[in-house]
Amino acid sequence: MSKRVALEASHAAAEAVRMADVDVIAAYPITPQTHVPERLAEMVANGELDAAYIPVESEHSAMSTCLGSAAAGARTFTTTAGQGLELMHEVVYVASSMRFPIVMVICNRALSAPLSVWGDHSDAMAVRDTSWIQVFCENNQQAFDMTLWAFRVGENPSVLFPVMVHFDGFHLSHVTEPVILPEQDEVDRFLPKFQYPFTLDPSRPMTHGAFGPPDIYLETKIAQEVAFRKSKDVIIQGFKEFGDIFGRYYDPVEPYKTENARTLLIIQGSFSETAKLVVDEKRDKGESIGLIHLRLWRPFPFKELRQAVKDAETIIVFDRCISFGGPGGPVCSEIKSALYDMPRRPKVVGFVGGLGGRDMSVKDFEYVLDRGREVAEKGSDEIFETVGVRGEVTGIKG
Amino acid sequence: MTEKRLKTGPDFTWGDMEIGNIVTEAGNAALRRTGDWRSQRPVVDREKCNKCGLCWLYCPDAAIEPLKDGYYEPDLFYCKGCGICASVCPKEAITMIEEEEV
Repeated sequence: MSKRVALEASHAAAEAVRMADVDVIAAYPITPQTHVPERLAEMVANGELDAAYIPVESEHSAMSTCLGSAAAGARTFTTTAGQGLELMHEVVYVASSMRFPIVMVICNRALSAPLSVWGDHSDAMAVRDTSWIQVFCENNQQAFDMTLWAFRVGENPSVLFPVMVHFDGFHLSHVTEPVILPEQDEVDRFLPKFQYPFTLDPSRPMTHGAFGPPDIYLETKIAQEVAFRKSKDVIIQGFKEFGDIFGRYYDPVEPYKTENARTLLIIQGSFSETAKLVVDEKRDKGESIGLIHLRLWRPFPFKELRQAVKDAETIIVFDRCISFGGPGGPVCSEIKSALYDMPRRPKVVGFVGGLGGRDMSVKDFEYVLDRGREVAEKGSDEIFETVGVRGEVTGIKG
Repeated sequence: MTEKRLKTGPDFTWGDMEIGNIVTEAGNAALRRTGDWRSQRPVVDREKCNKCGLCWLYCPDAAIEPLKDGYYEPDLFYCKGCGICASVCPKEAITMIEEEEV
């Protein structure tokens, strides 16, 4: 029997790591760290989880430790947020290029300066080109589900890429919600033992992490790109297998009340649940509005997105990240490029808001929808819109 | 034993890459010509050499080969010309010569 318990998202993710029976956890335990490794350290110390817990001196060292651990064939987990992910950045690339299926939970946070430990998606977007599979969560249940799912998909022999599970710092990481925890035997049925095919073994010597001179580097990167894009099939299959065992089904692109919707709001992360309240309200008033939660960020679900928005007239994208001097928010930019080749494409209006822990209320999303439709109709001189900023914003021009 | 083969050259495509670019063969770095990185090459003066073997011991890349007659010679296919052998030679029997003068 599964049980329903009250957990903050950090602890829900820690439960998933425990039930996945990881072998090694390497994490830097100090700010911007979250309760995920705190709870895991407790589990290891009191015997609930038989794993090596390695508290390291930095996030750079955390991911470096994970490389060695994964190469030795151990199921490996780490977690960080915000500045910590930035410090880890160099080794984040190494992990995916060496094809180590490490799982990492990121409680998304803003980047300094000014110094901030509060939530937004800037950290996730700064590592979007590293060939880690990246998924976003809307609530604490999904923090559990996606963390468990991440091991199964990343470790699949035809994938062998690391997976980042993103959930919003504070808005989820520190907030308590009901979470359904499955039985261990259900988890064991879903998640086979980790069998890394290239384990370091003295009886079968091999070199991991050799150098790649100019005459092969390009070939290695194309091989990596082809393999990474191919992982999308296993990602989708993994969602189905998860649903078949646990009863909760996920998709790369998740529609909410999108039937015949002329306007679609696209969001990543927990703010989608606030925006859904606005969609409900507007639908009740007869307005033709729906919402899409973009769960899978990398590899980007181009085909699924085009299919989901093909009948819409206007798309309004909400980003919790800014790309300075660029097209506004990374999600909006990606969606625009994904739709460019469509014979008839919807208008796309981008909003940036919710940075550095700024809340987005129902009223704010009402503004986003109303203003977004107005811009789609009349046009605007500004490249993107903002929400929640005090003072009239001008000067965001091409 | 199968012949060692370096994964490079015109016949080698992206599809031939091992997952994670692992190298499954030990010691195949010796097949890669790195001698062309060199700006200076070590030249051994057999008149001065007393066969002590320090050059062979100190070479960081195993590019000094012991010969049957007891002398030592650099493997110019692999030697990158760092000059450590010349520096440690107690008899000053190894001289670094500019490649362009060879």
